[in-house]
Amino acid sequence: MIPGPFSYRRAASIEEAIALLQQYGGEAKVLSGGQSLIPMMKFRLAEPAVIVDINRVPGLDAIEERNGILAIGGLVREVALERSPLIRQRYPIIADTAEVIADPLVRNLATIGGNLAHGDPANDHPATMLALRAEVVARGPGGERTIPIDDFFVDTFTTALGPDEILTEIRVPAPPPRSGGAYVKFERKVGDYAVAAAAVFLVLDEAGKIAGAGIGLTNVYYKPLRAAEAENALLGQVPSGELFRAAAELAAKAADPTTDLRGPAEYKRAVARTMTFRALEAALSRAQAAS
Amino acid sequence: MERVPIQLTVNGQPYQAEVEPRMLLVHFIRDVLNLTGTHIGCDTTSCGACTVLWDGRPVKSCTVFAVQADGGEIQTVEGLERDGQLHPVQEGFWEEHGLQCGFCTPGMIMTAVALLQENPDPSEEEIRKAIAGNLCRCTGYVNIVKAIQYAARKMRETAPATAGIAGGE
Repeated sequence: MIPGPFSYRRAASIEEAIALLQQYGGEAKVLSGGQSLIPMMKFRLAEPAVIVDINRVPGLDAIEERNGILAIGGLVREVALERSPLIRQRYPIIADTAEVIADPLVRNLATIGGNLAHGDPANDHPATMLALRAEVVARGPGGERTIPIDDFFVDTFTTALGPDEILTEIRVPAPPPRSGGAYVKFERKVGDYAVAAAAVFLVLDEAGKIAGAGIGLTNVYYKPLRAAEAENALLGQVPSGELFRAAAELAAKAADPTTDLRGPAEYKRAVARTMTFRALEAALSRAQAAS
Repeated sequence: MERVPIQLTVNGQPYQAEVEPRMLLVHFIRDVLNLTGTHIGCDTTSCGACTVLWDGRPVKSCTVFAVQADGGEIQTVEGLERDGQLHPVQEGFWEEHGLQCGFCTPGMIMTAVALLQENPDPSEEEIRKAIAGNLCRCTGYVNIVKAIQYAARKMRETAPATAGIAGGE
């Protein structure tokens, strides 16, 4: 399959990339890892007149902690997240997520910025970033703005990014004491999108009660879904199997999956419940192990 | 029609060409350079038959535009053999019957070459994880894993002289 014709512009700097997006308006698409965009172009589901390649823009590929946050550059490849000692030790939920995205060959190119900016509810990072209450940094002609993750996902394949904005960084709050998170995905086979997946981040107080909870769900709603009722049901409670089953039930109720080749809606809802329960258990054991 | 000049090194040999931006790397390799060892399987970023090494990393060349790889170094299965000597990974697939129809083999081999460059002594689990993006519909993967284990042993025995990928200089 051959994509439709387009003009190719390789940006050498973020300023140049933004200027190109401004110049071409809605006709241009940003190319980062290309592992979703290029397949869409081959199917002619996307036919941008101009491709702005940002892969050689410097300064977008760092993973670093500063001022109480983890900052992940928009061009960080999934393989870098999988292998980063910082991510594996301090943010294992992000490593969980990166290592179940597509397959290793795709992960050598795919970027976290693309995974979020694509706005696909089947993508894996959105649920995790909802659970972690991340912020997205967007650069545009007017400078930089920070978008809370809850405002970022607008609709299926639609985010709060303007046509002349580029996602440059994802900011995650550094983990407080006694906190832990996990991402648990059910997929039919390696490389497939989730039937359903759940991201959970828990913070415990000194008595071991739940002081903070974030739950995000993948591929069971028209956009990445925060299971807010399930989060609220956990707050102030002592963790238990019963509590987690009740919260998982609330998460499944919030889901509104569609019947497709991955199964009927009710099955997917049941999978969402089980994934949420397992992610709650995994997050709890990490939170309890963290001092 | 817009054409963009690109310069690439493929299996150690420099090439210059003018390509349409929409030309996929796999089409450049097969149709422009006539290196047909790299196969097109699914054409939908699923099967890994088109795997080549781009600056040492295995990627699906059906999901990269040739213009993106401008200035880069590409390794294909044709670059592995050296003076009539099969690369240890190729030899492993031969010795352990790591293929039946052979369609996935070039991509599988390139992924294995990249794995063994990074990890000369992978566990079976590490091998299976590394080849998770390369689909084989014939073998059930058992002999593919054995072939890669054969290559790993052979490369460790003869390291470092033949441990690198041929054509990389």
